[in-house]
Amino acid sequence: MAPNDTAKATATWNGASADDFEVDAPSPGAVMRRRARRHLGLIIGGTVVLIAVICALFAPLIAPFDPYDQELTRKLINPIWGKGGTWTHPFGTDALGRDLLSRVIYGTQISLTIGVLAATLAGVIGSTLGMIGGYFGGRVDAVIMYLINCKLALPPLLVALSVVSVFGGSIPVLILVMAALFWDRYAVVTRAATQQIRSNDFVTAAEAVGCSKTRIILREVLPNILNQIIVIASLEMALAILVEAVLSFFGLGVQPPTPSWGLLVNEGRQYMFFKPYLITIPGLAIFFLVLSINMMGDGIRDITAPEGRN
Amino acid sequence: MGYFLLRRLAISLLVAITVSVIGFSLLRLSGNLAESLAGEDASPAQIAETAKAYGLDRPFHIQYFDWVTKALQGDLGQSLFTKEPVIELITDRIGTTIQVACYSLLLSLIIALPLGVLAAMKQNTWIDRSALSIAVFGQAIPNFWFALILIWVFGVLLRWTPISGTDTWRHFILPTITLSTFAMPQFMRLTRTGMLDVLESDYIRTARAKGLSPAVVLWKHGLRNAILPVVSLAAVAFGFLLGGSFIVESIFALNGIGYLALESIQRQDFPVVQSIVVFISVVYIGLTLLSDLINAQLDPRIRLH
Repeated sequence: MAPNDTAKATATWNGASADDFEVDAPSPGAVMRRRARRHLGLIIGGTVVLIAVICALFAPLIAPFDPYDQELTRKLINPIWGKGGTWTHPFGTDALGRDLLSRVIYGTQISLTIGVLAATLAGVIGSTLGMIGGYFGGRVDAVIMYLINCKLALPPLLVALSVVSVFGGSIPVLILVMAALFWDRYAVVTRAATQQIRSNDFVTAAEAVGCSKTRIILREVLPNILNQIIVIASLEMALAILVEAVLSFFGLGVQPPTPSWGLLVNEGRQYMFFKPYLITIPGLAIFFLVLSINMMGDGIRDITAPEGRN
Repeated sequence: MGYFLLRRLAISLLVAITVSVIGFSLLRLSGNLAESLAGEDASPAQIAETAKAYGLDRPFHIQYFDWVTKALQGDLGQSLFTKEPVIELITDRIGTTIQVACYSLLLSLIIALPLGVLAAMKQNTWIDRSALSIAVFGQAIPNFWFALILIWVFGVLLRWTPISGTDTWRHFILPTITLSTFAMPQFMRLTRTGMLDVLESDYIRTARAKGLSPAVVLWKHGLRNAILPVVSLAAVAFGFLLGGSFIVESIFALNGIGYLALESIQRQDFPVVQSIVVFISVVYIGLTLLSDLINAQLDPRIRLH
């Protein structure tokens, strides 16, 4: 983006000085930044996501305790708003005396790693298929539509559970499974977008000068649909974080003692009637992170393509 | 219509075959099924015997064709764990799952349709914004966690509803609410978008210009057209509700096929898992086929694509 907020179009005409014809047309970047500053959802969502990213990157510095450190003498201490809560453990401790705040902070690492990598990998798979189908059309497109239909027909959560039960719930397995299951929305959207882009003059021109198909897809089509891909990436990232939580909650995802948020809810479940904070806190963490990522995605869509709302 | 119908049927059949292959191979990926079936400390001879007894020593495609041929005759094999025929396990429990899925679909539509219409009519007012916020919140809530919170608040603190089992209709209240949070936001957004498009169209302007009452314009001319995409989504969502029902079924102890699938996955009972996965997929394929055909019947333009 240009460092100055206004793109100055200057011209000399009829002997008038250039300044008389200065046109104050804001550049696309400036328009977007102005929209971004007014978009409350984007600001709130972005801030929360930023906080989560900082927590994930600097967890050892921020977390007051080691998330794996068990100390049975201080087990099930209430959070600060409960009876007997102390500032030493603001979110209380779990049944093994581990500091819940530290575990929730370390949990951001798992959620964000899985969310970002699964959404990115799914994006590469889905967008590639979608662009190929949309650009080539015909038989190629029919094959890709068939793949999308097959993918949609499978119940994603049950398939994820089955695969994870066979290969174990390590983080790389979870990322691969989710990438294999959540590429369809990218494919559907990029396919439709590519079909529209394909008929533009700049694509015809690139074809006329003899650019290769790969080059046209990567250099002419991709940059024009990148905004849409980023918006879907945010949705899929939120979805991947939710699904990881579901799998871990059912004991088939990330394995203990790793502090995945879904696993924290599972561990707190048997104490939930006496110590509800053990499930409310990690559950709210999932909820707020997913909500913020979705708000950020909606915000990006609104500022890059307001006509594409809803 | 004939060509469209044939083409659509052929695609569905092809997808169903592919999905059945995937479903069939899911738990076989580990490769050492005979080993886990024979038990922890089985000798190689015992493992080979087990493999033979279950037909696992045969090539993959033979096993698959054998399974499909029998499945088409209604024989899905038997559970490795309970030794009951899989078909009976499924037919015994499918009722509960369909019940919860139908209630949730109904509840979602009852909330989403009026809310979506209202939001579209009052676009960019506080009503519209609250409706959209409800949708955004609903999509971000982790289902399994929401179920636990509902149990804690309505079952334990307030004691309004039972928290597990299927004895009365009151047992279905919390599961239905939990499962609805998944489908409701999508229906709401789609109704709203559809309604916004319709309200801008020429025939609505004509209807208004003729002097028809706002209610007639809205309900007779507006909603009838806006609701078409919602009908297709309802078919799709029903398939998803079947596939996602294991979450509520296991938390509320409802004895449906979702719970059965979860238990079977946990104990690697592959005849049951593959049957349920393929069953849900086939239901989904059937429903989308049906909704496509209905839409093509209602809107002839679709048939040309």
